[in-house]
Amino acid sequence: MSRAKPIKVLLAKPGLDGHDQGAKVVARALMDAGMEVIYTGLRQTPEAVARIAQQEDVDVIALSSMAGSHLPFCEKLKALLEQAGLSDKLWVIGGNLPKQDHDRLHGLGFKGIFPSSSRLADIVNFIEAHAS
Amino acid sequence: MNDRLDPAARRVVNESGIEIQPLYTQEDVERSGGFGFIGEPGAYPFVRGIHPLMYRHRPYTMRQYTGFGNPEDTNKRFKYLIANGQTGLNVAFDLPTQCGLDSDDTLAQGEVGRVGMAVDTLRDFEIAFADIDLERITVSLTINGAAPQLIAMYLAMAEKRGYDVRKLRGTAQNDILKEFIGRGTWIYPVDPSVKLVGDTIEYCAQQAPKYSPVSVCGYHIRESGADPAQEMAYAFCIAKAYADEAIARGLDVDEFAGRLSFNFNVFGNIFEQVAKFRAGRGLWAKIVKEHFGARKPESGWLRMIAGGGGGGLTFEQPEVNIVRGAYYALIAALAGAQTTALCCYDEAYTIPTEYAQRISLRTMQLLLEEMGLADTVDPLGGSWYVETLTNQMRQRMEQVMAEVDAEGGIKKLVAEGEIQARVSAQAYRMQRAIESGEFRKVGVNCYRVEQTEELQVQMHPYNEDDARRQIAGLNDTRATREASRVGSALRAVREAARDGSNVMPAVVEAVKAYATVGEITQHLVEVYGRYREPVRF
Repeated sequence: MSRAKPIKVLLAKPGLDGHDQGAKVVARALMDAGMEVIYTGLRQTPEAVARIAQQEDVDVIALSSMAGSHLPFCEKLKALLEQAGLSDKLWVIGGNLPKQDHDRLHGLGFKGIFPSSSRLADIVNFIEAHAS
Repeated sequence: MNDRLDPAARRVVNESGIEIQPLYTQEDVERSGGFGFIGEPGAYPFVRGIHPLMYRHRPYTMRQYTGFGNPEDTNKRFKYLIANGQTGLNVAFDLPTQCGLDSDDTLAQGEVGRVGMAVDTLRDFEIAFADIDLERITVSLTINGAAPQLIAMYLAMAEKRGYDVRKLRGTAQNDILKEFIGRGTWIYPVDPSVKLVGDTIEYCAQQAPKYSPVSVCGYHIRESGADPAQEMAYAFCIAKAYADEAIARGLDVDEFAGRLSFNFNVFGNIFEQVAKFRAGRGLWAKIVKEHFGARKPESGWLRMIAGGGGGGLTFEQPEVNIVRGAYYALIAALAGAQTTALCCYDEAYTIPTEYAQRISLRTMQLLLEEMGLADTVDPLGGSWYVETLTNQMRQRMEQVMAEVDAEGGIKKLVAEGEIQARVSAQAYRMQRAIESGEFRKVGVNCYRVEQTEELQVQMHPYNEDDARRQIAGLNDTRATREASRVGSALRAVREAARDGSNVMPAVVEAVKAYATVGEITQHLVEVYGRYREPVRF
């Protein structure tokens, strides 16, 4: 890989959802693949995610959502990330994401969508291929 | 002998780390500790069951986890399940309620009524349980961070309907230590959180002695990555911490231990699971008798809901989850659970439909009605394999508990995020083992199908209007309640928290005055502060 620095990923748990097993498993997989991971812990607001992403100058903004509130959260987050000048970063989301919502998530700017049952290797490969 | 059977036999180790032999004989039981610890059902140490006749006397209660939208919607689903033969209720609350927020809080936006029923005030409980006979149908509340408020609401609602609270049965989950490990609906820091559990135990022991104020959960620790022996060992460490809290305020162990209940998972290897439950029953009885000095045998009963199994179900080929669920129900029945419930086949996708709930209910019913699971107590008892494994599982659990004690105790390890880090490391190893094919999951890493047909799953619709209706009801309650009574009740809650006395009497008064879940939380937060998660993984 030609990157001088490792890919820096913000991995956030949006909203009130407390299911963090998946996020932590993905965090470990990204670290094992040589990435730097900032994991936020639970209960992040859209404002907090945008602020940390900007402060930490991350390459990738990743969300893990298991409790169904991904669309309203991502709508708010999109506006905040754009305001913060983070439109060029790679936005990805994983979790319990019904197929019927994938088009809307793509439309909001989430390039990678990883519903339950996604493989760790696929997540890692996608981020390596698309992070700028 | 093993070599003679099959020199090329692969080494088989169960999830709890115990090596499994191709054949067991009486010698294996003797080597593992013998039959000495097993005893008879209904007698100490209760390995074979807490009652002499078990399901002959009373079959397991069937208690599907249910709740969504508004109290009106949930009341309808409750009635549907009861009409279909369900014998208990297990209530799911939405995340704002679980996190102690009102439905109109900005942090609740988009989450009201989504993963469970929204509750703001006593009025919501009055609607949710309308027309349900609370003596015939016992109710389990899956609530943790906001447990003081919701226990208070349940008691107040029952009292208003004319039930004698001193005879009222029911359960609250109210296991906050496991919320820090998995599930995540904590509110206050670890110490005041455990103090509140102590308050509910003390209050119920005095005011509602048939009510089970705590259901200690290995379940979610297992879902977060723990192996079956750790699941039970960590739960016992947590139960000991609550018992210590109750004893520290002067309660006798026999005043409350009989009302502690437990919640465990059922996915995994059938024999390992059944041995886990039998071993756990013996170990908990031993702890309560030898460590806490209980004199009443029933203080050491491991009364439990064994069910769920969500962590074992798959997103792939969801209809196969119906079959997995049948085996999980079999495990719960063979294990002698007091109560069972099953995650539904569509639950990896959505809130289950009525149809999916009915399949789960029928699964549990047919074991009792057609398959003979209610006929004989502890049907696997005496199996050389299961008895050996029961001894070995107990030894593994004791070892895990000793390690926790040696490292400073469960409260400290949870506050530091150490248990969380340990189970998440295991979850990662398991995910890697599934992806490499080393740990087999049917439909996931073997026997896969390309899903060309539409999946047989119907998504639960989320109605945006639910939140608006809920907030309108909340505003209506706020406008019609007696404001000065609410204000003084809330001040009393804060004062009780400040002077370290039991907050429950004040919380009950506040709830009766129609104070909201969020208002009570806010007054407790002013004293206790909020938990700051040690972010470790």
